[in-house]
Amino acid sequence: MHPEKQKHAFEPRIIAFVCTWCTYAGADLAGTSRMQYPPNVRLLKFPCTGRIDPVFILKAFQQGADGVLVSGCHPGDCHYIAGNYHARRRFAAFRKLLEFIGVDLNRLQFSWVSAAEGGKWVEMVTELTERVRAMGPMHEFKELALEEQWSGAIDTPELKEAYNAI
Amino acid sequence: MSRIGVFVCHCGENISRTVDVERVAAQAGKLPGVAFATDYKYMCSDPGQNLLKKAISEQRLSHVVVAACSPRMHERTFRKAVEAAGLNSFLCEMANIREHCSWVHEDREEATAKAIEIVGMMVERVKKNRVLPTITVPVTKRSLVIGGGIAGIQAALDIADAGHEVVLVEREPSIGGHMAQLSETFPTLDCSQCIMTPKMVDVANHPRITLHTYSEIEHVEGYIGNFQVTVRKKARSVNEEKCTGCGVCMTKCPQKKIPNAFDCNLGMRTAIYVPFPQAVPNTPVIDRDNCTKFKTGKCGVCQKVCGPGAVDFEQEDRLIVEPVGAIVVATGFKLYDISEKPKGSPIKGYGEFGHNKIPDVIDGMTFERLASASGPTGGKILRPSDGREPKQIVFIQCVGSRAREKGISYCSKVCCMYTAKHTMLYHHKVHDGQAYVFFMDARTPGKSYDEFWRRSIEEEEAVYIRGMVSRLYQKGDKIVVMGSDIAVGVQVEIEADMVVLATAIQPQLGADTLAQKLGISYDNYHFYSEAHAKLRPVECATAGIYLAGACQGPKDIPDTVSQASAAAAKVMTLFAKDKLEREPIVARVRETGCVGCFYCKKVCPYGAVEEKEIRDRQGNLIKVVAYVNPGVCGGCGTCQATCPSKSVELDGYTDEQIVAMIEAL
Repeated sequence: MHPEKQKHAFEPRIIAFVCTWCTYAGADLAGTSRMQYPPNVRLLKFPCTGRIDPVFILKAFQQGADGVLVSGCHPGDCHYIAGNYHARRRFAAFRKLLEFIGVDLNRLQFSWVSAAEGGKWVEMVTELTERVRAMGPMHEFKELALEEQWSGAIDTPELKEAYNAI
Repeated sequence: MSRIGVFVCHCGENISRTVDVERVAAQAGKLPGVAFATDYKYMCSDPGQNLLKKAISEQRLSHVVVAACSPRMHERTFRKAVEAAGLNSFLCEMANIREHCSWVHEDREEATAKAIEIVGMMVERVKKNRVLPTITVPVTKRSLVIGGGIAGIQAALDIADAGHEVVLVEREPSIGGHMAQLSETFPTLDCSQCIMTPKMVDVANHPRITLHTYSEIEHVEGYIGNFQVTVRKKARSVNEEKCTGCGVCMTKCPQKKIPNAFDCNLGMRTAIYVPFPQAVPNTPVIDRDNCTKFKTGKCGVCQKVCGPGAVDFEQEDRLIVEPVGAIVVATGFKLYDISEKPKGSPIKGYGEFGHNKIPDVIDGMTFERLASASGPTGGKILRPSDGREPKQIVFIQCVGSRAREKGISYCSKVCCMYTAKHTMLYHHKVHDGQAYVFFMDARTPGKSYDEFWRRSIEEEEAVYIRGMVSRLYQKGDKIVVMGSDIAVGVQVEIEADMVVLATAIQPQLGADTLAQKLGISYDNYHFYSEAHAKLRPVECATAGIYLAGACQGPKDIPDTVSQASAAAAKVMTLFAKDKLEREPIVARVRETGCVGCFYCKKVCPYGAVEEKEIRDRQGNLIKVVAYVNPGVCGGCGTCQATCPSKSVELDGYTDEQIVAMIEAL
């Protein structure tokens, strides 16, 4: 019934930050409608996109995410009146910052998916997964993460040596 | 150390078909902090829940993760079960491995791997979950209703009849609002006063309604269940307790030529007056701007003739503080005034219609007063200019409404119906007269509405011309109406004796100022915004405040009354409990870290952030920090994402919990 699934050399990790009222419910609808999409995405539920701190996106990249998705209610539909407007402003600025520091913006997707748009959710996740898969793994932040580990704890022989020399 | 229990559900075969649930449970059991992991066919069933409860007590579990369907489906079920077993309900989380995993993937291997990761994320999250006690807020079972039109009256009566005290505040000297001004009402043509005035009297006589007329809202403090409202009772110059309403003062007042706003300035009133004979309360007010005593110090006739000695020139405004638990806003509408272009407003005005320059161009409300049996002409349709009966009358619809280029794009909803009614009233009173109506569309949804509209054409012989009017000008004692008939495609000129404009409905003057006092939101036009256009149409987003009538959008009387009763029902629901319980998903400020920048206050859509002073023992101010009122907070968390010093946290969605989940990946 289904075509033979293609095996890929690289499977990207996608983290999705979604609001509970619209996009999480939209993803639920995709489930109840038995739509199919790649299993690369992990959802984190927030009350509102307004709650999503840009730091979480950085953290996700740092933890090895290859792509990040942020999605909430359509403008004007926010359960909390205006949280998505705050999010929109915040991420408009944040995108510029990411671009400036050299992150390929194709790895980051912002969108609005309502509770009725299970199909849109599936399309978006599929498209993002394929796009990020084509781009390959995201190295930049993983390296940074390693650096942070080194600066946080003296657990490498080189650092121990340097520390003892002081 | 946490002792987490992980319960993996098969959901019959819904999950176990694509996810190897035994493997998920086995893997979860190996995670640090997990003391117990198992799988079961139906976790949500009675035996499933019992299994959960038993495990909590036997295994002394500290936290619970249920890997099953969406939390939107059964989170409440499992939280209840956890609570029944003696754990705080917020120590239970759900891992969604059905909607987000088993149902959307085919490959068993991939789906199982994903399910294991999802469970792992939730295990890390639940470790950081804190005990959250349910928040209870006391409720003052007393309600404030702002506005004494039909909406406010209906809401006040409903709430008071349910046994709760109501404070009704009205800006004008009498309650009644616009409905008291109307002549007859569509679609039944029953007399407005006949159905309105008994209700007004009911309000005045109701033992549980406190009526403040000639009063305005000065200040509002507090939150749902606990508002403190300051009402400014303007100086009436007449003692309400002493006045018997005999009316001698009004007959003797020498100032008799003041246009009466209630009659749309067609009739005259005295300086000490009641707006209309059926006013409630029937206590006069002295119009200080026009009273000779107040202007020159000489006169005082009313005081001399007043038997009970009720006239009091020294009376001052009084401020009254009313503690209430809920507020119904029913401030109603005003009509679009085409005479001038309001300054600083996007609304452009209608200079081309010559309103207020041509005396016989009037608006719909003025026509109502002409047609009203208690109006200035005693119910005769007469021209304001020369008192002659108009034989040709033109009604123009959509003046201001649906005119984007003029600044208003909405439909005022009631004009099609009231214009149809006007043509009927006109035809009943001027048998040899002819009515013309210029219209864009006839919008008549509503019970018996379209039949009514058709009657105005078929039985009352009104001529409907589809098209708009470009200009009105005076020619002798006629008004030339230049319009187009787009159905035939010709220009039309009618020499009319009178023109009635169906002007747009706009929110009452000062609607924006009141909204700011109440902390509720409003749209571009200053109509108040409901919490949800479809599912919460009478509630404001601000908890404890409800909307009724045309202040929320143009409405006819049946819709207004329905909404008022709905708002009253919401108030009664709130008052049905002594204490208000709410989910403890609210923001909390860490005062040590807060620097008092109040960015949170700026972004909070609920106005929940207050300023709190921190003082040392000597009472010296150390700093001002933010305080989130848990009764008002809606729990969106926008403040937390905005806070530069990370000093505000949304319980249930703390940074710690989120980061733990990200790190689990």
